[in-house]
Amino acid sequence: MPRPLEPVGNASRIGLGIAFFVLFVAGWAIATLGGFVSATFLADPLTMLADGWTLLTRFGFAGDIAITVWRVVGGFVLAAAVAVPVGILMGAYKPVEAFLEPFVSFARYLPASAFVPLLILWAGIGETQKLLVIFIGSVFQIILMVAVAVGQTRRDLVEAAYTLGCGERSVVRRVLVPANAPEIAEILRLVLGWAWTYVIVAELIGSSSGIGHMIIDSQALLATGQMIFGIIVIGLIGLVSDFLFKAANRALFPWKLA
Amino acid sequence: MSKLLIEGVSRVFPGVHGGAPTRALEPISLSVAANDFIAILGPSGCGKSTLLRIVAGLDRPTSGRVLLDGRAVQGPGADRGMVFQSYTLFPWLTVAQNIAFGLRERGVPETDRQAIVAQYVERVGLKGFERHWPRQLSGGMQQRTAIARALANNPEIMLLDEPFGALDTQTRSLMQELLLDIWERERKTVLFVTHDIEEAIFLASRVVVMSARPGRIKSDVPIDLPHPRHYTMKTTADFSALKARLTEEIRVEVLAAGAH
Ligand SMILES: Nc1ncnc2c1ncn2[C@@H]1O[C@H](COP(=O)(O)OP(=O)(O)O)[C@@H](O)[C@H]1O
Ligand SMILES: [Mg+2]
Repeated sequence: MPRPLEPVGNASRIGLGIAFFVLFVAGWAIATLGGFVSATFLADPLTMLADGWTLLTRFGFAGDIAITVWRVVGGFVLAAAVAVPVGILMGAYKPVEAFLEPFVSFARYLPASAFVPLLILWAGIGETQKLLVIFIGSVFQIILMVAVAVGQTRRDLVEAAYTLGCGERSVVRRVLVPANAPEIAEILRLVLGWAWTYVIVAELIGSSSGIGHMIIDSQALLATGQMIFGIIVIGLIGLVSDFLFKAANRALFPWKLA
Repeated sequence: MSKLLIEGVSRVFPGVHGGAPTRALEPISLSVAANDFIAILGPSGCGKSTLLRIVAGLDRPTSGRVLLDGRAVQGPGADRGMVFQSYTLFPWLTVAQNIAFGLRERGVPETDRQAIVAQYVERVGLKGFERHWPRQLSGGMQQRTAIARALANNPEIMLLDEPFGALDTQTRSLMQELLLDIWERERKTVLFVTHDIEEAIFLASRVVVMSARPGRIKSDVPIDLPHPRHYTMKTTADFSALKARLTEEIRVEVLAAGAH
């Protein structure tokens, strides 16, 4: 057994990570191909792949993937563009925090999915509605987490900046922002993961395209292979975006790792 | 005329949760001549940091005022460079960028900035480390960078709050020599806070001894040891006599602090 907190080598890390995926698929294959679970409820891995292939080649599923990715990224970028500056202001200026914090704390517990019916009334079933669901789901979370991060900036760094001649605005720009940039990037990575949940919910109801729409369509046909393929595609995209985020953070904030 | 004038500065911290307020500083008056190196010596908790933070403008006095070149201190500013006991380099900036921080704030042109940074990198012995991140440096190197960062800004006065307090003895004495060497060259006005008697005598031309809390000035001892000073001076008779005298004064205060 390894000792607690002892690091693991790079090769074994990757090997172990893949091993679990293999075990998982093997368990699934045994349960389905071995006849322990009815095909009506759970497709086996091979059927899933075949269904996926059909979806991609015959039913233009790549277009659905593209539109879903576009919605997530669009809604998320809008939310981040509003929330990051507001969060920084809230963290930096206590009166702004006193003004906004109670409302934002309240709003962040409003479930984005529960807004779907309301948003359909307000914005129809077009793209605006999808973007709004993601926006509402993400914006308050980002504001609050960014505000907390900025509010916890090391005071001695801020004081050092003042004694070096910084004014209030320049302390925000030259200390509070760069000191918290890696944490803000981490917050965005986390919330992007949640945004995926909101987009699928938005697509399950009143949508004619996207991964969520395909999944709800497949349910009507009892095509569990297609549904599982859709879910796995979401997982894979999440994995890739996570990886890209981490790589970007490493490139942008080398001082964190040095 | 004195460079820095501290006039009847006191500080009372309000009590937390209805507790009794803390009287950190009794009214203190002190006059610092230009180009002087003053050490403020006192047991821990006697209000040394509080006094220095008030001079820096990071804290406000309950009464009294601080004058720098005849102007009252209203808040922190680039004319008073500060080096803290904790490591306060900006972790997202390299050594060179940290040293250039104040210059950038003032809008010093790039080429001048580079020249000034190079000069101070050299002076604190960090050549070759310009592009390192703070977390790649030892504690001593971080404090040398912090000193360079404050000096590069060309302040009227340098305020140092136990800058070597967290360093091991050997590094600490090398740092003292380095600081002394810089001071002998630049003759900047310095206010240096420490609880280390030897450090105070070795560096300063005047040692101000503070009493235990609430801090008052207990005595003001001129250190007439010649410059340039060499570390071997620490073993001379004059040095030992001063050390014996200050040790006695501080001992009384530490005992008094213990009695609280
Ligand atoms: N922000 C503060 N609030 C309340 N009490 C404080 C604060 N800062 C310092 N003190 C108290 O003031 C006294 C002097 O502190 P300080 O100036 O840090 O002493 P020193 O630097 O000499 O060790 C201590 O008793 C400390 O607890
Ligand atoms: Mg202190």
